[in-house]
Amino acid sequence: MIIILLAGMIVCAVACIVLGNLVKAGVAMAATSAILSIVMFILKAPLAAAFELSVCAGLIPVIFMSTISMINVKSKEEIEEMKKERKKRFFLFPVFLIILGAVVLAVMWPHIVDFSSSYIIPAFTRNVRDILWNSRQIDLLGQIIIILAGVFGVIIFFKESVEE
Amino acid sequence: MPLLFLAIPLAAVVVLSLALKLLNEKVALWVAIIIAGWQTVMAAVDIGLCLKSGSDIHSTYLGLLSIDNLSAVVLFAIGLMAFVSLIVAKSTVKESIFNFANMMLLIMLGMNGLVMVRDLFSMYVFVEVISAASFILIGIKKGRNGLAGAFKYYMMSAIASLMMLTSIALIFMSTGNTGFTSIANYITNANGKFPFEIIIAFILLTFGLAIKSGAVPFHTWVPNAYSSAPAPVSVLLAGIITKVSGVYVLMRVFRDVLLNNTAVGRLLLIMGIASILLGALAAIGHKDMKRMLAYSSISQIGYIIIGVATGSPLGFLGALLHFFNHSTFKSLLFVNFTAIEMKTGVRDMDKMGGLAEKMPVTSGSSIIAFLSTAGIPPFSGFWSKLLIILAVWQMSKSAAIVALVASAITLWYFLVLQKKVYYGEPVSAISGGKESTGGILSVEILLSAINVAVGVAFPFILIYLNHAGLLHGMM
Repeated sequence: MIIILLAGMIVCAVACIVLGNLVKAGVAMAATSAILSIVMFILKAPLAAAFELSVCAGLIPVIFMSTISMINVKSKEEIEEMKKERKKRFFLFPVFLIILGAVVLAVMWPHIVDFSSSYIIPAFTRNVRDILWNSRQIDLLGQIIIILAGVFGVIIFFKESVEE
Repeated sequence: MPLLFLAIPLAAVVVLSLALKLLNEKVALWVAIIIAGWQTVMAAVDIGLCLKSGSDIHSTYLGLLSIDNLSAVVLFAIGLMAFVSLIVAKSTVKESIFNFANMMLLIMLGMNGLVMVRDLFSMYVFVEVISAASFILIGIKKGRNGLAGAFKYYMMSAIASLMMLTSIALIFMSTGNTGFTSIANYITNANGKFPFEIIIAFILLTFGLAIKSGAVPFHTWVPNAYSSAPAPVSVLLAGIITKVSGVYVLMRVFRDVLLNNTAVGRLLLIMGIASILLGALAAIGHKDMKRMLAYSSISQIGYIIIGVATGSPLGFLGALLHFFNHSTFKSLLFVNFTAIEMKTGVRDMDKMGGLAEKMPVTSGSSIIAFLSTAGIPPFSGFWSKLLIILAVWQMSKSAAIVALVASAITLWYFLVLQKKVYYGEPVSAISGGKESTGGILSVEILLSAINVAVGVAFPFILIYLNHAGLLHGMM
């Protein structure tokens, strides 16, 4: 079941990048996040799944759709020209990464023990609130700083100056 | 003490934002300058404390924060570069001064947090803080070039973040923890043989950090970001941001988490040598001075990476010293460029010439900066490159020879730059070309003095450290 969901997620993610229509790409992005949240529910991470569904499959696509509704649509000729240019970029970088990864893996091969590993799954005896507030306070501070940076970013990029 | 490096800038941002309507915008800039100056002084004190006590400084609150010798030197460099960048901004930033000052404080926060944490995931969070703040600062003028450069920077940064997060997830899956000590214990117990997913994690982490550092073959974002950013942001990007978010994390992870793993070291050596050579060769022939300096930065970062790759205390010391030296001489070159662009309105080197007569301090400081970059004694760059090449010689003689040859190439293209820009026939089309004044002049003199002082004093510092038993048999 998870394999089918993950395959569906990859299809939606690729569609998000490949589709020329921005609204359809936005819907594909929302579908990717929705499938991911289902996977998280199945893997017994309901809090993460709820956040994923509400923020990444809900709030962010709404913001994208609002933005898309405000932009000017390009002509069909301009869109076709951009699609041809994008195709080169779609394939070059992933091919480059795969070749590089294969070369590096070949160098590291002698150090690999085996492919069947036993994963350490920590016993989650503490709840999320306890972990966040008692063990990961520094990460919370980092998140607050990112939010502040985001606020200033919005002000800098989107607030119109008095002269304008 | 470690908490103050986070608390004071954060408090400043909050207070300034709440008191916005009561304050002049320039007050925010002065507050940021004072905090950057304070950090420089406090970090210097911490370097002394760490050397004297031989142990780390821990935070009594938020126990995961600590300062060791490496963190203290980097905190010092962050404070100094932020100070320099803000002084340059005083002369060059005319709009959105309040927002600019607050973004500078936030990026200082991100860098300070990054160098004090001892956990992979916390490190990732602060890397994201730096990426977000850098993106905003690069595009702050909202011009087409700036926004394009910011977008390219953020795309490459997002790929690097994805690689880093995946590697952290794989490491957490295998070790059950993300703390440096726990992962280091796991690696020690593995005795050089690792599960497949740990190898993938190492590769992804190394590539992610190579993208952040701007090392070859992931360097393509560097010239675009450096050349399209406003002047003070270019100074900060080249001076400290790229090094902290990429090279420092590489140094910390390679030494304290991967425990100088040989295979990763070999990978880093290859990337470092490629960066040194390609960066130096690509810098030749550029007309745009900022792009030329960007490629030069790629080359110099390669030296730091090969020093780390040796896994030896000597290589690490050379890498750390070059980390600091590169901050000072590269930011000095960007400040020189800013002075020229402000006074002449030109950035194409073919349209410059004979500026040494009109701008003697700028040209003199430029000479000091480029001689230091090329590793010419008695400037600071000579000692760091010497230590790195000595360390690399023990690992790979051919790599050390390539590093030496690249230094000669560096000297060559900087001599060409000097001739084109400062000497040679004066170009009548340049209407301005008076010497810089005020903040920019002060910063040029300050950074030149640091380059000379570190170069002259370093042998004595080395002797002192050796007598104090802090060099652990390096000498």
